[in-house]
Amino acid sequence: MKIEIQHGRIVDPRHGVDRVGSLCIADGQIAAVGAPPPGWRADRSIDARGFVVCPGLIDLSARLREPGFEYKATLESEMQAAIAGGVTSLACPPDTDPPLDVPGLVQMLKHRARSLNQAHVYPIGALTRALEGVELTEMGELAAAGCVAFSQAEAPIIDTGVLLRAMQYGATFGHRVWLRPQDAHLGKGGVAHEGEVATRLGLPPIPAVAETIALASILALAHTTGVQVHICRLSTAEGVDMVRTAKRQGLAVTCDVAVHHLHLCDVDIGWFDTQCRLIPPLRGTRDRAALRAGLADGTIDLVCSDHAPVDDDSKQVPFAEAEPGATGLELLLPLTLKWAQEDGIALPEALARITSRPAAVLGIDAGHLAIGAAADVCVFDPHLHWRVEPAALKSQGKNTPFVGLELGGKVRATIVAGHVVHES
Amino acid sequence: MRNPQLNAAGDLTHLLTLEGLPAEIILRVLDTAVPFASIAEREVKKVPLLRGRSVFNLFFENSTRTRTTFEIAAKRLSADVINLNIGVSSTSKGETLLDTVDNLVAMNADMFVVRHSQSGAPHLIAAHLNRMGRTHVHVVNAGDGRHAHPTQGLLDLFTIRHYKKDFRELTVAIVGDVLHSRVARSLIHGLTTLGTPEVRVIGPKTLIPSAVQSLGVHVHHDMREGLAGCDVVVMLRLQSERMRGALLPSTGEYFKYYGLTGEKLALAKPDAIVMHPGPMNRGVEIESAVADGERSVILPQVTFGIAVRMAVMSILAGA
Repeated sequence: MKIEIQHGRIVDPRHGVDRVGSLCIADGQIAAVGAPPPGWRADRSIDARGFVVCPGLIDLSARLREPGFEYKATLESEMQAAIAGGVTSLACPPDTDPPLDVPGLVQMLKHRARSLNQAHVYPIGALTRALEGVELTEMGELAAAGCVAFSQAEAPIIDTGVLLRAMQYGATFGHRVWLRPQDAHLGKGGVAHEGEVATRLGLPPIPAVAETIALASILALAHTTGVQVHICRLSTAEGVDMVRTAKRQGLAVTCDVAVHHLHLCDVDIGWFDTQCRLIPPLRGTRDRAALRAGLADGTIDLVCSDHAPVDDDSKQVPFAEAEPGATGLELLLPLTLKWAQEDGIALPEALARITSRPAAVLGIDAGHLAIGAAADVCVFDPHLHWRVEPAALKSQGKNTPFVGLELGGKVRATIVAGHVVHES
Repeated sequence: MRNPQLNAAGDLTHLLTLEGLPAEIILRVLDTAVPFASIAEREVKKVPLLRGRSVFNLFFENSTRTRTTFEIAAKRLSADVINLNIGVSSTSKGETLLDTVDNLVAMNADMFVVRHSQSGAPHLIAAHLNRMGRTHVHVVNAGDGRHAHPTQGLLDLFTIRHYKKDFRELTVAIVGDVLHSRVARSLIHGLTTLGTPEVRVIGPKTLIPSAVQSLGVHVHHDMREGLAGCDVVVMLRLQSERMRGALLPSTGEYFKYYGLTGEKLALAKPDAIVMHPGPMNRGVEIESAVADGERSVILPQVTFGIAVRMAVMSILAGA
């Protein structure tokens, strides 16, 4: 099957490509960028006039809810959401039930994902058994089964000794360790950023130091052990400063931010809006500004959707009892574009943060359009504005704080390994 | 965003919090409560304003006292009162909060008086009723988590106005566990809305919320300094569980620094009144001589509480 995507603006951040022309795909690979090769005859052409043609998006945090939480979402529903959002590769955290701590579960997930033939799924293995922070998992076996990194998801390791040894062991074999900085005690039971809003609404607070204390430990241990650490879901201004300093000092650390945190802050909780019950919590306006600036200057490497489908019943309860999370796969692209437009970031720079940079953190050969690379491509209309309507979302999780908002940027086609898997 | 307790015309349809409530509405409640306070002194203590209406006391958290005052208030208005002590275990039976509400609406409830351990639960119910088009069903927040206790706030305001007249000339001190106190939050909003120039909160750093200044109050950690020149001293109840979780070392040390004694009260204005939302811990936050002393208006607060709750219910019911 030969596909020619014609007249589109081809943007490949990794190779500095930004030109109008044809993207040719043959045998599941990129065959040409710009002009078709001599003697080229496409079986199928896609008119991308006025559209952007870029590498398929790569999302570092998308919960598929399998195994264990199929009433919230299934692989089928969430893979549909992924390709509808232009996401062709995604990493899923280990906080399933049971957690991804044995190879069999990982193989099953990989197998289920492959059989659907949509986005590529990269499981993140549990760093400790049952995410309990006590015993190490068999990282070697898990990596052989397909885990690309190891994390604790939302369960912080209480025993710093265990954290140190997990990082030492991971470093021994070159495994990547992903950690969300959160102190297990500070902010325990908290549901909102410690500040004016939590004080007014009487919501148990999560102070910014809950993040920075844990971050300080992680950075110090990363320095000591030499393990490749990725910091997940940074949420505070102080945290951004600490990562900036660590990078300046030469520490090989990467970090991400959830796309919600680029646009929202604690004020958006309004009168207890459970759509804004997220982890980490939405923080203050100063934090939001620091996150946006950190993403622009490279302190924060990339944006993820932090996709977490939640069923309606789990949101129709008092704020503190509501399950945290929001659906995000279908909003990653438009919300990243919104940030870029508002802050004057060039399109290729914005797209790097959802294509080539997450690919580098995952350590996979994806997120670019070099000739011979696997043809994972996203075609989107940057000018089309659409309204976020729960019923129109493919994800089984219909909950998002962005319901009703007009967003610019609509995915027109998603191609995975040379197959058109989504068109609209 | 529209204030969820007002309808499009700006009328009060639910009482959820004093935050964002216009001063006219607060004053209307206080004015309406004045004649109700005198009803209590009559031989026949009933008026027929809510005859035929059903008021459901929906208490997800135990409280004999608040429930009783609401019950008396509703009965004096001739309403039918149904008490439901649901406790925290109801959700374990599988029925959600909103399921419970829907069932009671199907029984033709006209008003819910809701107490819940979670901040925002009454907002959730009110928003649900509004969404379902049940705009004739009213919600009164009888205390939600740490968030708000608006009828307590109103009765405190009523008491202050009864003894002190003009809010715009007062210095009010609120002493104790502000962090966990919905009473403090509601009173602060009420006082600032009515133009009280100086509202102080007094307590150790472990019991004062971090951003409390944003509510328009001054923070004092030294009680003597904080009480100086006050017209009104509001003591908050200290829950005994605060000794756990390392918030305080002991009730004894708490009393030493933040207990109200006659000697400390002498630093306030000579005509300062002493208030307490109850139930009191004598010897923990207040010494008996002060609690029972001539400056104490703690028992009048209870009496006024019934009148204020009658006023709230009658205004909500459009009576």
